[in-house]
Amino acid sequence: MNKSGLAAGSENWDLVLKPQTSLFRLNFRDVWAYRDLLWLLVRRDFVSFYKQTVLGPVWFFIQPLFTTIIYTFIFGGLAKIKTGEVPGPLFYMAGITCWNYFADCITKTSTVFKDNANIFGKVYFPRLIMPLSLVLSNLVRFAVQMILFLLAMAWYYWGKGAHGFHVTPYITLFPLMVALMALQGLGLGMIVTALTTRYRDLALLVVFGVQLMMYATTVVYPLTTVIEKFPQISWLVTYNPMTEVIETFRLGFLGEGTFSWGLLGYGIAVTIVILFAGIFTFNKIERNFVDTV
Amino acid sequence: MSVAIKVEELSKAYQLGEFGTGTISRDIERWFAKLRGKEDPFLKVGEVNDRSVKGDSDIVWSLRDIDFEIAQGESVGIIGRNGAGKSTLLKLLSRVTSPTQGVIKVKGRIASLLEVGTGFHPELTGRENIFLNGAILGMRKKEITRKFDEIVDFSGVARYIDTPVKRYSSGMYVRLAFAVAAYLESEILIVDEVLAVGDAEFQQKCLGKMKDVSTNQGRTVLFVSHNMSAVMNLCTKAMVLKNGEMEYVGELTEGIQQYQSSSIKRSSEWIADKPAAGPQIRHASLSIIEDQPDITLKIKLRVGSVSNNTAAFVAFDIKNGFGTTIMQAIPRITPFLEFDGTDREYLFQVDLVGLIPDSYFVSVWIGPHNTETYDWQKDILSFEIHQSPTEGRTFPHHYDNGFIVPNSKIIES
Repeated sequence: MNKSGLAAGSENWDLVLKPQTSLFRLNFRDVWAYRDLLWLLVRRDFVSFYKQTVLGPVWFFIQPLFTTIIYTFIFGGLAKIKTGEVPGPLFYMAGITCWNYFADCITKTSTVFKDNANIFGKVYFPRLIMPLSLVLSNLVRFAVQMILFLLAMAWYYWGKGAHGFHVTPYITLFPLMVALMALQGLGLGMIVTALTTRYRDLALLVVFGVQLMMYATTVVYPLTTVIEKFPQISWLVTYNPMTEVIETFRLGFLGEGTFSWGLLGYGIAVTIVILFAGIFTFNKIERNFVDTV
Repeated sequence: MSVAIKVEELSKAYQLGEFGTGTISRDIERWFAKLRGKEDPFLKVGEVNDRSVKGDSDIVWSLRDIDFEIAQGESVGIIGRNGAGKSTLLKLLSRVTSPTQGVIKVKGRIASLLEVGTGFHPELTGRENIFLNGAILGMRKKEITRKFDEIVDFSGVARYIDTPVKRYSSGMYVRLAFAVAAYLESEILIVDEVLAVGDAEFQQKCLGKMKDVSTNQGRTVLFVSHNMSAVMNLCTKAMVLKNGEMEYVGELTEGIQQYQSSSIKRSSEWIADKPAAGPQIRHASLSIIEDQPDITLKIKLRVGSVSNNTAAFVAFDIKNGFGTTIMQAIPRITPFLEFDGTDREYLFQVDLVGLIPDSYFVSVWIGPHNTETYDWQKDILSFEIHQSPTEGRTFPHHYDNGFIVPNSKIIES
């Protein structure tokens, strides 16, 4: 074979694979090319979740409903944490709905490499598709839980007469809040999944870490109560970016919450940092993880 | 003709043994080395990838300094023994993992088939899985929709297309999975030994499809196989890997000969894992005398027996490299072999007809009646035929032209 003849005029390659690539080459074009796969994976997760179950999508309701009842009993009834003017169940349900979405995004994303080791070991597609599909399919679940929350609001409004909550203009920030929850969950999850390919301990830490983090977020108490009762540790809760999300969410839907544009800006900035840190670690690991997992 | 794939000084190192304790300190050490612009300290001590020799370091080079070019439309058979680096090469080419050193340059879209049915979800129906699997392999949804009927047609499972694949038989599963891959529209197709599954008819169909892809559609095919006949049927060029290094790349028959001469198998042996009750094959060995067209197999068996007056006969099934049983030899049906409670040893001779060059596998059966089995050990012995039964024949034998070459001569002219 004539080597030089072959090589002539063929220097415009479609793909060049090298040992090291820049961390900043993110290949969003690749991800875009595989967008159909993204939708099919979301569909797969959703369909396979309720196949062969009797209640089907009703399961999406059951967990938040029971959690709300238990929280109302423990934190409202036993611990007597004040929830302002807002009825306890609504207050908790708002927090749980948001927190569940965030927590699902983290925990599901944090096992992406482990769960998909088999597929990743056999075929190439932009690995980022997997965590993205998880965040999107959790969004379906979140939407269902939002419906439950709205139903509960309606029930209090019309059924009980005495409500004590009101919708405020901050409700327009809702889409932004959803994005912040999703991206924080995605970013943290990707950092964890990337590191767990080498250090398995992190996988154990994450389940319990997420649980602990919930108590450092304003899920079961309002931010004002912490600031009032424990001023010396309230920074821990205030600067937790999920607090901003939940507070704004509650303020929008229930009229109860703390909001400042400064804190929102801070929340957005932290989210972006987490997201990019996640994407970079994920990108670095994805190239060789098949050899170590 | 332009180049489809160009590989320069490609190497891949793997770390042997356990990951775990010490990884953090190691990672820090590597990170420091990189920071000062030095070579990775854990890659310095490299050894040739030879399984049989225990090395000193726990880094092994699965591939070392591989260079080659593949022109567009060529179909290349990648051959070598287990552990030669074939799968590693395919993994690198299909981007599943990245090289330790070197560069791969590719023109066109690559579709790789390292396994059939990657990403199949058991709960989803055949139809849903076609879409999902197609998308995983890199197809757009509208592309799959366009080819959907052809895919279903090729797979032959039209009736079950709306049934969850967990209810499929393994054969149906594989058919459907391969069908999806067969309709990929990519310039380069990479196929690992996926044909080792499915029945003979379907394997033939897959091979046919792959041949069609390379010859009629002008696409580049890379095919890894231990099955020389399949390589011979499908490929135009051979690449021989040995211990992670390139031993030969070029002309097909030359490459196959190179590989076979380096791995000639003149005998084969098998020992039972655990002794069981009853007349059991405990030990089997085979040697071959190849003097084409006369081939003689000598098979030695040690058969155990627990009780007196057991009687049995023995059968040998001979499969070709494609997995089809092409012959059955029964040395003697009556009188039976008689057992007296102790191990007995037998030596059998099988005179073979002219077989085409291939790998062959022998199964040993023992039983008292054709419907009752004492012991049946499948594919425990193997042998290879290297020469053509026809004297002076230099062009390759294909499955299309049969498995057995009868003696023939001119008796009048």
